[in-house]
Amino acid sequence: MDYNTIWFILVGVLFTGYAMLDGFDLGVGGLHLFIKKDEDRRILLNAIGPVWDGNEVWLVTGGGALFAAFPEVYATAFSGFYLPFMFLLFSLIFRACAIEFRSKEPGRLWRGFWDTGFAVGSLLAAFLIGVAMGNITWGIPLDHNHEYVGGFFNLLHPYAVFLGIMVVSLFLMHGNIYLIMKTEGELQQKLRKMVKITIPVYVLCFLIFNFWTIYECPHIEAALYKRPVELGVIFVLALMVVGAIPREIHKGREFRAFLYSCAGMGFLMILFALSVFPNMIFSNPEPQNSLNIYNGSSTDKTLKFMFYIALIGIPIVLTYTACVYYIFRGKVKLTEDSY
Amino acid sequence: MDVEILSRIQFAFTIAFHYIYPTFSIGLGLFLVIVQLFWLKTRKPLYHNMARYWTRVFGLTFAIGVASGIVMEFEFGTNWATYSRFVGDVFGSPLAIEGLYAFFLESGFLAILLFGWDKVGPYTHFFATLMVCLGSHFSAVWIVVANSWMQTPTGFHLAQKFKVTEDGVRHPLSANLEQGTFTVQEFKLPDDYILQQADIDSVRAVITDFWAMVFNPSSLDRLTHVTLGCWLAGSFLVISISAFYLLRKRHTEFAKASLKIALVYATIASLLQLWSADSTARGVADNQPVKLAAIEGLVETQTMAPLGIGGLVTWKKDDEGNIIGLNNYTIGMKGMLSLLVSGDFLDPMEGMKTEVKGLEELPSDEFIRERYGEHLTDEEVMKIRPEYWPEVPVVFQTYHIMIMCGMALIGITLLGCAFWKFGYLFSTEKKITRLFLWVLVISVFIPQLANQAGWFTAEMGRQPWVVYEILKTSEGLSKAVKANQVLGSLIGFFLIYSLLFFVFLYTLHNKIKHGPKDDESLNVLPDKWRKLADALPGRATGDK
Ligand code: HDD
Ligand code: HEM
Ligand code: HEM
Repeated sequence: MDYNTIWFILVGVLFTGYAMLDGFDLGVGGLHLFIKKDEDRRILLNAIGPVWDGNEVWLVTGGGALFAAFPEVYATAFSGFYLPFMFLLFSLIFRACAIEFRSKEPGRLWRGFWDTGFAVGSLLAAFLIGVAMGNITWGIPLDHNHEYVGGFFNLLHPYAVFLGIMVVSLFLMHGNIYLIMKTEGELQQKLRKMVKITIPVYVLCFLIFNFWTIYECPHIEAALYKRPVELGVIFVLALMVVGAIPREIHKGREFRAFLYSCAGMGFLMILFALSVFPNMIFSNPEPQNSLNIYNGSSTDKTLKFMFYIALIGIPIVLTYTACVYYIFRGKVKLTEDSY
Repeated sequence: MDVEILSRIQFAFTIAFHYIYPTFSIGLGLFLVIVQLFWLKTRKPLYHNMARYWTRVFGLTFAIGVASGIVMEFEFGTNWATYSRFVGDVFGSPLAIEGLYAFFLESGFLAILLFGWDKVGPYTHFFATLMVCLGSHFSAVWIVVANSWMQTPTGFHLAQKFKVTEDGVRHPLSANLEQGTFTVQEFKLPDDYILQQADIDSVRAVITDFWAMVFNPSSLDRLTHVTLGCWLAGSFLVISISAFYLLRKRHTEFAKASLKIALVYATIASLLQLWSADSTARGVADNQPVKLAAIEGLVETQTMAPLGIGGLVTWKKDDEGNIIGLNNYTIGMKGMLSLLVSGDFLDPMEGMKTEVKGLEELPSDEFIRERYGEHLTDEEVMKIRPEYWPEVPVVFQTYHIMIMCGMALIGITLLGCAFWKFGYLFSTEKKITRLFLWVLVISVFIPQLANQAGWFTAEMGRQPWVVYEILKTSEGLSKAVKANQVLGSLIGFFLIYSLLFFVFLYTLHNKIKHGPKDDESLNVLPDKWRKLADALPGRATGDK
């Protein structure tokens, strides 16, 4: 395996980590307005309180890694998706500040404002992440310098928008399961009722998404011929874990359901990777302008050096992240340090 | 307005906003470590109260720092795509390392620092504080390394991509060859190669030596200078709030102890800053003489060059409006700039004889002829030269604002120490003390102003370059982005950041109003911490 492929995987791992971790934060945000009692809302916020910042760093580091390893891809994607990205940034800012500020003041207006900011920011962020992924799978028009040449509305075609909706439903389900783990009593009962909606909605989206991709998405046929076995196996695994989530919830094993939900995201990302590899951004209509892991990458020297940097850094990060999750395990209790 | 100016305004606005908060959190981070050390060592509940309260303030600045930092990480891609393609091989690495080694460390242990009081023991908590402090310093390290590389690029060469056909002939990337008959290969360019407009899409900087990139000629100086600037920002936040409590006669014990620690901290930092500033400025003289001449408003090359104290500098223009020089309405100390540049403080007479080049000769004739052709007449060279000057009237001011602030900080901290020594600092019934405490209350703005002014000097002083003497700012823009899009996002940032700024001030104000809980002491300590206090001989911990 060459360093380009390794970095393709590493960047994928970072973004998958982001989806698994910040996914539930964004999902909690999406559910926020459906919970009415003030104290319950605080419990929701404090369920993610100690970890949301660390979760967001997965996105930041993913972006940095993309810049270091595949600068062309970084430049094309972010300048091409300029406006959607700005909205993503705005929503992330709003969300972060809403978490920090909401409970600092008792006023109804104040809390209502930040509650809305938190919910809308989270939903919009999830949606835009999905739209960006949808565009990358579908392909965007690039010129021979790999510059995006379409307009803003090209980015909002139905497939991408649908993927946006699917990601929202996925994160809502994920956040819902996480919350059941972190709450107790009446609030937990309410969340258990909600999960009866969020899971089926996601499963439905997931199925539609797969059919849509197979039947409509350009280039996908080529990928299907090229890697039928891999794609098939992962697809079946993805179906199995998604199917397992309602079962585990039914049996009251939320932690397992949460793990299955994470695994589901992992398989989804692998499917995504298998269907694009070695390309990173498809050019549609002119496929010869596509960016792949070779024409979009840094030099071998950088890739190799950064690989060793990552090899040392990632285990350290995983260790203390695990410690932090361990320290904050268990049900949320509001204390005077809480949000 | 065009994309270039809008993108520059947006970048300047977003980074300047971001930079308000990390300075506080880096400076406060170190302060928290010191306070916790006091607590672990003396086990006085007072220090525990302090750690708790200042941690809450820290949490506030940190949150906005994070929210505004995410923007920065992606703005290189959104607004400076051509720049990102050009430098990615070199410049991406420090950003990635920053994420992996600094941000993860900060945010992971931040959870324990903020919410872990009742979850872990005191030593683990101290360790977490230390890691957060370390992490925030690491983020300064890597981001300043990246920025310094743009100021003084080393450790790389330029390389160009060609389409190479089977017969080994190189064709430009834009050549229309049939698919499959060529491969794209990258070739090192000669060292004296000068980037041509037409080549920008096929040329890029390629790393040759990672450590030479990290330890480029300006990074150590600037890193020291920036870090000290952050310490000053943090310590003065503590000084200001504590002085306010003293004046209002609230939380007096708490305020005294905080003020003492912060004052020592600030005094050390401000004196060190003077030393570091000298070395930073000398670095600029060596590496970026145009910038030095610009920030001092120096036109003629001279020995006994004066160090400007203040005044006004404006452009001198000819009848057609072309820039031809500067009007100087400034006062300065004769010879001091020469002396500073030489660094020869032991033999000042010799030092002052050092020649300092003025804008009139900068950039050099050779530099301009290399770019525009040997045949240029002297007049033509003179005509082109001002294109390579930064906005002198502005950088002169920002630079001198910074120096004023630096001097003010040294004055204030030394005076503070004197007040303390002679027993005046806490005698709030004295008028002079009250006056001085009010000065301390507003002094929180001074380091902030200096930090911002310093960055504006550094960044505007390197114009028109984004990578010094390699890539121009105007060449680094995103081609896919239109002016109205940038205008839209700029307005968005302006609205959101204004809101955030007011909310920040409002919540900070409330935090100050609520103040520390004086009874936060041992009664509320979690059991794990109780041992620490109970172990104190003769100290009753107060039963529940
Ligand atoms: C509290 C903050 C603070 C204070 C008191 C000072 N500075 Fe400063 N200065 C900074 C904070 C700062 C900074 C924000 O950290 C900068 C911006 C970029 C950098 O590397 O450091 C900076 C940049 C900067 C530069 C430009 C570096 C470059 O272009 O690369 C020079 C020449 C100086 N400083 C010199 C001084 C002098 C002579 C001071 C007199 C006492 C001084 N600074 C006080
Ligand atoms: C263009 C340059 C910059 C970029 C791309 C950038 C990026 C970021 C990002 C992404 C974060 C959020 C990290 C998180 O989620 O935890 C952040 C926070 C932070 N940044 Fe920046 N930053 C820049 C400039 C600076 C500078 C100049 C400094 C200091 C000298 C600095 C110091 C920090 C610190 C200490 C934090 C932690 C949050 C805080 O303390 O407020 N950054 N930055
Ligand atoms: C945190 C403190 C910083 C401040 C206050 C600051 C300030 C500025 C300002 C005022 C400009 C506009 C200059 C002009 O257009 O004349 C600018 C431009 C820029 N800065 Fe910084 N800067 C900071 C840190 C950084 C860092 C750490 C980096 C890189 C790692 C960076 C990279 C850039 C880039 C790429 C531009 C755009 C190109 C340009 O206009 O020169 N800046 N910054």
